[in-house]
Order: sequence, then structure tokens, then C-alpha cells
Amino acid sequence: MLLEVADLAVDLVTPDGWQRVVDRTSFSLAEGESLGVVGESGSGKTMTALALMALTPEGARVSGSIRFEGRELVGLEEEEMRQLRGDRIAMIFQEPMTALNPLHSVGAQVAEPLMLHRGLGKRDARERAVQLLERVRLAEPERAARSHPFALSGGERQRAMIAMAIGCSPRLIIADEPTTALDVTVQARILALIDGLRSESKMAVLLVSHDLAVIAGHCERLIVMYAGVIMESGPVETVLREPRNPYTLALLEARPRPGAPRDERLKTIPGAPPAQHEHRTGCPFAGRCALTVPICRTTPPPETQFGASHMSRCHRAAEVGFTR
Amino acid sequence: MSEAPLLEVSSLVKTYRLSGVGPFARRNVRPALAGVSFSIEHGRSFGVVGESGSGKSTLARIALALDRPDAGVVRLDGRSLFDLPARELRAMRVQMQMIFQDPYGSLDPRQRVERIVAEPLAALGRTTGAERRARVAASLEAVGLKASDALKHPHEFSGGQRQRIAIARALITRPRLVIADEPVSALDVSVQAQTLNLMSDLERDAGVTFLLISHDLAVVAHICRTTAVMYRGRIVEIGPTQALFSSPRHPYTLELVDATPRLDRPARVEPPPALPDAPADGCAYAPRCPYASAPCLDRVPTLAPAGEGGRRAACFFPLA
Repeated sequence: MLLEVADLAVDLVTPDGWQRVVDRTSFSLAEGESLGVVGESGSGKTMTALALMALTPEGARVSGSIRFEGRELVGLEEEEMRQLRGDRIAMIFQEPMTALNPLHSVGAQVAEPLMLHRGLGKRDARERAVQLLERVRLAEPERAARSHPFALSGGERQRAMIAMAIGCSPRLIIADEPTTALDVTVQARILALIDGLRSESKMAVLLVSHDLAVIAGHCERLIVMYAGVIMESGPVETVLREPRNPYTLALLEARPRPGAPRDERLKTIPGAPPAQHEHRTGCPFAGRCALTVPICRTTPPPETQFGASHMSRCHRAAEVGFTR
Repeated sequence: MSEAPLLEVSSLVKTYRLSGVGPFARRNVRPALAGVSFSIEHGRSFGVVGESGSGKSTLARIALALDRPDAGVVRLDGRSLFDLPARELRAMRVQMQMIFQDPYGSLDPRQRVERIVAEPLAALGRTTGAERRARVAASLEAVGLKASDALKHPHEFSGGQRQRIAIARALITRPRLVIADEPVSALDVSVQAQTLNLMSDLERDAGVTFLLISHDLAVVAHICRTTAVMYRGRIVEIGPTQALFSSPRHPYTLELVDATPRLDRPARVEPPPALPDAPADGCAYAPRCPYASAPCLDRVPTLAPAGEGGRRAACFFPLA
């Protein structure tokens, strides 16, 4: 297994004290596989991604286990982590300017990890950078290499960042909302590009998104997170066809369906996600969930398995999934 | 007067001078709006979709009379906004309000909800304190909040509730037209559904008609009976929303529909890459269009009838 995450927890220090923003999170990712992580704001999806890269905010406490290529990453020295980052694991962010330096040419920045991790000389690295820009299908790669990031459009910058991420042929790409700021037509191209790179180089992709439909189209497996906890996980098709968790079902039903009558009422989820400082016992979705019964408020729900790889964390999981 | 459309824009032209930097900058002056015309009937919310650079936000600013067009006319209830004396324009503005994308950024955190929601009333001239409080209470209740919420501050509300506060503010002058620029795209799915249901209710019960600008076709289809698809400053297709998205006539509409992620089918194959510049005289979409041929590069297609329900498309070779 390329990546094995077991009982991951992330605690952040806040004005209200330590807050657990990721809890009891376990999943794995095989070589070449694509896994989607979906959730609303505050679900812990981005913090999970950052924990894999050891990029959690200053002072955060990460516990549990993250095994990557057989090596334990939790507790690894920053120096060793730096060796992995940008080489074996790379990350693509929503806003390319968080990864790109506005003062340096795109070519120089794509070349940098190649010099750092692969020991390439400046000229070879630059040459390779142009090839990478061509590989992410930037029009006129040589001109793009000489340009500064601000001279590129949003979609072009995203391609440049992907070129930088794939330079050292990482085995795992973590993409956090990589297309959220882009137009839908540009989004479709960027996601297709990531799909293509994955199948060409057999790298694994962890795609974090608030948009179930984005994940449905581009991932094999899916994790649904809520309030820091995995509520449901399994093969994308199975989870979308037969969701076994009320939260997943609610997410599916809240979206306007294409082709539905114009004035069809959308199903809403009452209330709001629990605030971070709220002490929780039981299921974090209790109270907002239509199936809430007393045990939901007192006891954390067990992991219920449906077949080999479909899991729902819900006291009433067996009753969900037949309404669609 | 009652026969005039609620909002009518005709032949709007607006050009911004672009001073580009760097090798990829576009040096030509590109019109943000190159002759845009449509009308919105009362009670029939209208959608505008298109990508960045399509001119949809410029259109919103001009429709609200926040910006003047280089040419063209905007009529609200039959009266041309830019021909009105300043005092009458101010009075007309009360009929139109705006909701923005970001419910966090558009509410002053230091003010109480009461003051935030009452703010547009200033344009109405003098109002008594009692009248103001009554209107704020009515507005808050119309969006499903409590009258007592008026005394709280924005941070005491969730994201979805804050968007409701922004909508309550827009409603306080009892506008007939609300221009909503990406009103739900910053919201979580569960909150988005509440806001969309609220917008449907307001159209039905409060006599509000929306001009909804969004990149999300499903959101537009949920609220709007008629939709215009914009590309580089022009409307390339317009018609009843459902028909438009289920059987696009313009290749750009088809590209938008295909590119939209959906749960019920896999993502479509990668469309052809965009070329940086469009032909000076031809169809702006031609460089991206898989169906483009000779006439597309020489002349700009104009909107022509393309099916039932007043559908029109600006394409020499509309799709069947």
C-alpha cells in the first residue's frame, strides 16, 4: 500500500483551548489510485490533506499514523519531510499563487525541485521545465517558462503549478480544491489533465473538494467527512448509488438536480455544523439528522461495513440508502 | 406603464482599456459588452451564465446604474435610467437591489444587524425610527430570521444566516428587481439549498424578480425561467432555461453543459484548448469551436431564431 493513514487526529490550539479538527481518520491509497475527500467547510478535509504533507499550522498536534511507502511520517524530522515533499509527495493548491513566487519566472520555479531533489544543473533543469510545461499542455511552453506568474491566466497558472508538482514524478499528488476558482470549462480541462497524468505515470491522487460531482467524475473511491470525522467511505459508484450515511444522502439531495422542475423544493439540512469548541459526545451529525434517536447523542456511532470496502459511521446505517 | 418590461437593456456597449504587462497580455482593447439586449418581465427571473471575461459582472453594474455604458439604454419600468435627473435616478434605484457572492465581506462586523439591514433606506429619504425598526423586522422575517436578530452582530450567525441578512438588506426597500451576482457559490451545499429555496419563495410571495448571475448551470436552472449565455461581451444564446441546457443550439452552451460536473455521468473528454485571441472580425468563439468554418472567421453572427419559446442563438451553424 502506498499510503496508510490510521487513527489520524489533528488538534489545533485556539482561543478556546485545544480543538480536535480531525479525529479517528483512517484510510489507505494504493499506487495509481484516486481517492476523493468531500466535505463542507469545517469538515477537516483540508487539514487531513495538510497533515499528510506535514504542513499543518504552527503548533498543531498530529497523532496517529501516516505510513507512506512503508515509512512513518508522523513525528518525522522537518528536514526528512522536506526531502519527501515535492519529490515523492506533491501538493496542488486552490490558489496557484500560494505555491508560485510572483518574483521569479515560471520556468525557474518549475526547475527548482529538479535541482533540489534530482541534482540537475541549472541548464538541464530549465530544459526539463519547458518539457514539463509542454506536458501540462501550456500553449507556447518556452514563452510561458520565461513569463512571471501574473502574466498567465488562472488556468495557465494552475497548469504551471501542476508542472512544478509532477517534475520529480511523485507517487502521490494531493490536490486541494484545485479547480474551485476556475471557470467550468477550464475546470474540466484541468481535471482531465490530472486524470491523464495519473494514468500515464501511475501516480496516486488524493482529490479534496466540496463538490461531490467533481469527485464523482474523477475518483475511484470516496471519503465523506463531517466535523472532522469520516462519515462514509467506499467506491464512488456504490456510495452515490446507495449512500449508507444520512449525511451523504443529505448532501446529495441538497443539490439542484439538472433537468428537475424549476420550482422543485430542495431538501435542506436544518441547523449548522457543530462549532469547533462545542464538546461533542455521540455522532457529530446528531440533531441535524432526520434519523436522530437518543443513542446518536450519547454514543459515537460504530463503523458499519457494507461489503468489503463500503463503510458508514452511523447507528442506523442499515436503514439508510433505500430512499433513493 | 404596466406593459413595459421590468428591466430592458438594449444595445449595451462598454469598453475598458486594458493595459497589459508581460508577453501574454492582451494588447487589444476588448469590449466588455459588445451590444447586449434583453428584457426581463416582472415575475420571471432571468439568468446570465458565462465564464470570466464574458461581461456578466459589467452587465450587472450597468443594470444597477453603478456604471454608465458607452452606448445603449437601460430601462426600468419603461424609464431610461441614464436620462433621468440624479434625484429621480436615486428614487428609481430603490426599486433595484444587489446581493453579492460573499456574505462575510459584505456585512460590516462592527455594526448591529439592524443598522446593516436598514442601510439602503437612506436612499428613501427621511424615515422615523419606528418605521425603520418595523421595516427591518419585516425584512428579517421575510428571510426566515427573527425580528430580535436585529440586535445581534454578524459574527453571531452562521454563513447561511449571514447570506440571509444580506438578502434582508436587499429586500428592505421592497425592490422589484434584485440583481444577485453568484449569491450561493461561496456557500456550503446544505446552506446553498436554503438560500435557493428562499429565492424561489421571494419570487412567488414578495414580488421580487431576480437577475441571477452564476457560473453554475444547475443553480440558474433552479431559479430562472429564461437564461442568456454570454461569451466575450455578447449574448450567444438566449431562451427558456430548461430547453437551453437540455438541447443547446450554440456550441459554447454545449461546451458549458458538457464541462459541468454531474453525478449521473462521467466527465466528458477534454475539450479543445482555448486559443488566446479571437479573429478581429469573426465569431469570438470560433478559435475554440469544433464546428467553425469559413464564415465564422469573417463575420460576427447575430442572434437569430433557433427554436420554440423565443429561443435565439448567434451561430452560423446552430446545433440541431
